[in-house]
Amino acid sequence: MREVAVVGVGMTQFGMSEKTQIEMFSEAAMDAITESNIEPRDIQALFLGNGLGDFEEGQMNLAPMCAADIGMPNVPATRFEGACASATVAMRNACLWVASGFYDIVLTGGTEKAMAMGTPMATRTFAMGSDSRYEGFAGITFPGAFGMAAHLYSKKYGIPLQKLKEQMAMVAVKNHKNGVLNPKAQFRKEITVEKVLSGVVIADPLQLLDCCPFSDGAAALVFASVDKAKELTKKPIYIAGVGQGSAGPLYTQKDFTRIRARESAVKQSYMQAGVGPKDIDLCELHDCFTIAEILATEGLGFFEFGKGSQAVEEGKTSLNGEIPINPSGGLKAKGHPIGATGAAQAYEIVKQLREECGERQVKGAKIGMIDTLGGDLATVCNMIFRR
Amino acid sequence: MEYKLTYSKYKEALMSGKFCGLKCNKCGGYTVPPKKVCMECSSEDMDVVELSARGEIKTYTVIRVPPEGFDAPYIVSMVELDEGPWVMGNIVDLDPDKASMELIGKRVSIGHKAVKGDKFSAGDGVALAFKLEG
Repeated sequence: MREVAVVGVGMTQFGMSEKTQIEMFSEAAMDAITESNIEPRDIQALFLGNGLGDFEEGQMNLAPMCAADIGMPNVPATRFEGACASATVAMRNACLWVASGFYDIVLTGGTEKAMAMGTPMATRTFAMGSDSRYEGFAGITFPGAFGMAAHLYSKKYGIPLQKLKEQMAMVAVKNHKNGVLNPKAQFRKEITVEKVLSGVVIADPLQLLDCCPFSDGAAALVFASVDKAKELTKKPIYIAGVGQGSAGPLYTQKDFTRIRARESAVKQSYMQAGVGPKDIDLCELHDCFTIAEILATEGLGFFEFGKGSQAVEEGKTSLNGEIPINPSGGLKAKGHPIGATGAAQAYEIVKQLREECGERQVKGAKIGMIDTLGGDLATVCNMIFRR
Repeated sequence: MEYKLTYSKYKEALMSGKFCGLKCNKCGGYTVPPKKVCMECSSEDMDVVELSARGEIKTYTVIRVPPEGFDAPYIVSMVELDEGPWVMGNIVDLDPDKASMELIGKRVSIGHKAVKGDKFSAGDGVALAFKLEG
């Protein structure tokens, strides 16, 4: 297997967009291509993440249309769907195809227009990530699944629910604080613990500001073999490790404070990269809900199981803490256009490792990680980058 | 080998008051809801059995922002069956505003409720209905 590097990245503003999924992706893609000092005709394949394009715009088979829009109509262009982890699954495949030697330069990323659906339809379609026969008819929602995870966590570790809710609120406060420093973020406004705790309840115990928003947006990256990358850019960012894991429907996972798909994925990522959690300088991870960030920091090995909520309270995950988590603002503040999310996480890590993040720069960052979760904890994909 | 307990058969049994799952002839483990192979040992050698329809609440949430087609609020819960597997369903005999952490560990009996499908659900469905015991 050859080493693979990121040579260019692009990302749209996240939030509500007037543009189509194709238009958004094309903007991000051309920025990534231009930054890579190549032309679209130099690209050999497109690996595109997209979750719900069929429902958002009535658009199936999106990848060839995206490829055609940027002048590469005949290359193999494929959509990858792994719910909210779609882009990371696409990027992992892009990376492996280059690593295998089959391609030298590929385009990857994702696009999504979730805000077009409105809340009831978006909630319905997001819930399609559950087992449609054995869970869907109970009316489970995505916040509902993580609400149940929060109650499990409180019970398992003996943390009174009110205390846990305050610690969860601190996740949202931190990510909004980071989001203020990110010009592409959907929300650029600081919030307080009191504000989180006074929000409407979405799915007990999760309140409005425990939840990430619905978003529109796209992000794209050009991956190349290391030899090619060195010809194209002075600042290649290397992909040191990739991992992907699965789990079945939520009921098969039993105690889902431990997300087995993540534990399986990250073992692969760390092994391939030859590093462990202590070596990671910063991480963009899947904070679709505040409790989800806490579970992820434990599953990735940054903190012991049951200690993640306390770590937030102690400031360990802040921009200047021992392991800065979601310096971009995360899904919570930056936004969560599901099929683009993993690519936006990678965009942030690449920018951080190139030291291009201005006020939210994690100083001296050498190794960064992304972690993306899809469905009812059924798909987790992560990647480790180094400069 | 033919799929032993399809959703259609599972649903039909549940609607007639029988909560069924699969019991493995190789390891003795239960697979509920049904799968092609045993969740414990991957054997296909399983029999359809009627379950005790009793279990313990492991966690819950109250859905207040529902998917299109559902009327909130309602309680969704995960219950550990006496046979071992966890299942998802609705706690149907409690005011959702009275749901609290006290629910965790409580015993329930398990029935069913018919659920109207929508244009994406391939017909109508059924959900497990949990009732608090005692």
